[in-house]
Amino acid sequence: MAAKDELGRRGEDLAVEYLTQRGLVVLSRNWRCRDGELDVVATDQERLVVCEVKTRSGTRYGEPAEAVDGRKAARIRRVTQAWLAAHQVRWCEIRFDVLAVLAEPGRPVTVQHYEAAF
Amino acid sequence: MGLARAWSVALHGVEGHVIEIEADVGGGLPGVHLVGLPDAALYESKDRVRAAVVNSGRNWPNERIVLALSPATLRKAGSGFDLALACAILGTSGVVAQGALDGTVLLGELALDGRLRPVRGVLPCLLAARTAGMRRVVVPEAGLEEAALVEGLDVYGATSLTDVLSWLHGDRALRRPGPVTDAGGDEPPDMADVLGQDDARQACEIAAAGGHHLLLIGPPGTGKTMLAQRFVGLLPALQPDEALALAAVRSVAGRLPATGALSRVPPFVAPHHSSSMAALVGGGSGIARPGAVSLAHRGVLFIDEAPEMGARMLDALRTPLEEGEVRLARAEGTVRYPARFQLVLAANPCPCAPAHDRDCVCPSLVRRRYLGRLSGPLLDRVDLRARLYPVTAFTVDAGDTESTATVRARVLSARAAAGRRWAGLGWRTNAEVPGPVLRTRFALPGAAVRPLDAGLRAGELTARGADRALRVAWTLSDLAGLDRPDQELVETALFFRDRRAA
Repeated sequence: MAAKDELGRRGEDLAVEYLTQRGLVVLSRNWRCRDGELDVVATDQERLVVCEVKTRSGTRYGEPAEAVDGRKAARIRRVTQAWLAAHQVRWCEIRFDVLAVLAEPGRPVTVQHYEAAF
Repeated sequence: MGLARAWSVALHGVEGHVIEIEADVGGGLPGVHLVGLPDAALYESKDRVRAAVVNSGRNWPNERIVLALSPATLRKAGSGFDLALACAILGTSGVVAQGALDGTVLLGELALDGRLRPVRGVLPCLLAARTAGMRRVVVPEAGLEEAALVEGLDVYGATSLTDVLSWLHGDRALRRPGPVTDAGGDEPPDMADVLGQDDARQACEIAAAGGHHLLLIGPPGTGKTMLAQRFVGLLPALQPDEALALAAVRSVAGRLPATGALSRVPPFVAPHHSSSMAALVGGGSGIARPGAVSLAHRGVLFIDEAPEMGARMLDALRTPLEEGEVRLARAEGTVRYPARFQLVLAANPCPCAPAHDRDCVCPSLVRRRYLGRLSGPLLDRVDLRARLYPVTAFTVDAGDTESTATVRARVLSARAAAGRRWAGLGWRTNAEVPGPVLRTRFALPGAAVRPLDAGLRAGELTARGADRALRVAWTLSDLAGLDRPDQELVETALFFRDRRAA
């Protein structure tokens, strides 16, 4: 496993831990289809919460959350449709969140949660 | 996270509008959204501002930032908003107190390392800020002297974003402008340098005394250009408000010198005859920039070799000549620039232009066409036409030729007489007085205006021409120290006007 994938994996673990602490129930992790992947799909009992987890080891190339642009948002929306179809969920409220995990070496890891980011 | 406000000024020609910049931080993915009709240069400022803030050692809010420029319907152009944008963003996180930003106009472009770069149009921006009731203004240090010309505002000069932030915090002082120095400017060359040409000299004197337009015709090398350059020296120094209006135009054109910004020497602008229309009357895409006619506001616009300029260009001068301003319509609105200049045209009598006219080899048709390029309507607005003659003796007799100082003294006393007469009515020179006033309130006795009636009846004069001759006659009487022109002076005015010089 490449170092960056490992970092991403670690970030997703942290993100799931964070969400679970907040009382969300994780339904899927790394759900893949032809169009792409959903990092975490969870629910807060009222609505579906689709989370994109972005992990970085430093801000040299910008903040983690900045990497989530319009193109990425559109792809996540598309994949969510596929997820809903695959799980035969007919209609529900959906919220798209971004979890920015910053894991700088030698510093405590921070998780920043952007609720309803797009 | 928060909301903060800062103020800056948007320029529309020489008119400024105070712009309120609101920054709202929070509620979304990191990113900057700039709203309120910014142009390309302003839209790019979000990247400049971010780099400048980070490189000044401040924290950039890691959230969604909405920057709103109000009034939102007014188009905003240029890079002068950078400083205000940066302070508004930092105001949301409490780095800058809102109380310090209130009533303060911030102007300047930011370099990526946080230095403050100069912007054009500081002077008109400050005039707008004062009108809008702002108290303090921060400008880039290079514009400090220019900013000092506006009274009634506390003006500060800064070199970097860090300077401004610590000043807003109250930690340090910013540079204040020194006293306004009257830039003497270059002394124009002396009239005594010109050999002979008594007629043309007198025409210059009359033109300077009354603010009339002038056409000089003569063979090459007789001193047309020399006289025109010396003509500015005869004019009185600019009034403070005139100097300020001129400085505002220069500021918008980016032509204001860094030191001694407020020059009271009347401007002398001599565009080459190959100049473009945009260079002459102003132009450019988006918002039109001022041209030569506006840079010559309250001074002299000298067009050498006028027939070479082309009728289209010369005729474009007609409206500013009449109205004292130019209005330029572009996609993003109409701008007005002041353009009350004195026109001095110089021309050769014909394309071959030998020293003595009798040696001319041009066919008569060519001769007629050459001066025919100066259109009738344009020439109708030129009050004085003077012919220059070939210099016949190359002897310099200093005692014989009058110096600028001597002539200027006469011009100034004539101008003072005219000024006293029109004082209650709002005009300064005879050339500004509307025709109807000259014909009614200041009507001359029938005998005095008989030459005008004769000219009108014979079709040698237009109604406007008659008014203009009347104005020249008033100037002649001011120069002669009379209280009103008599028939002889009216005839002299007509002589300078309709002699077959052109």
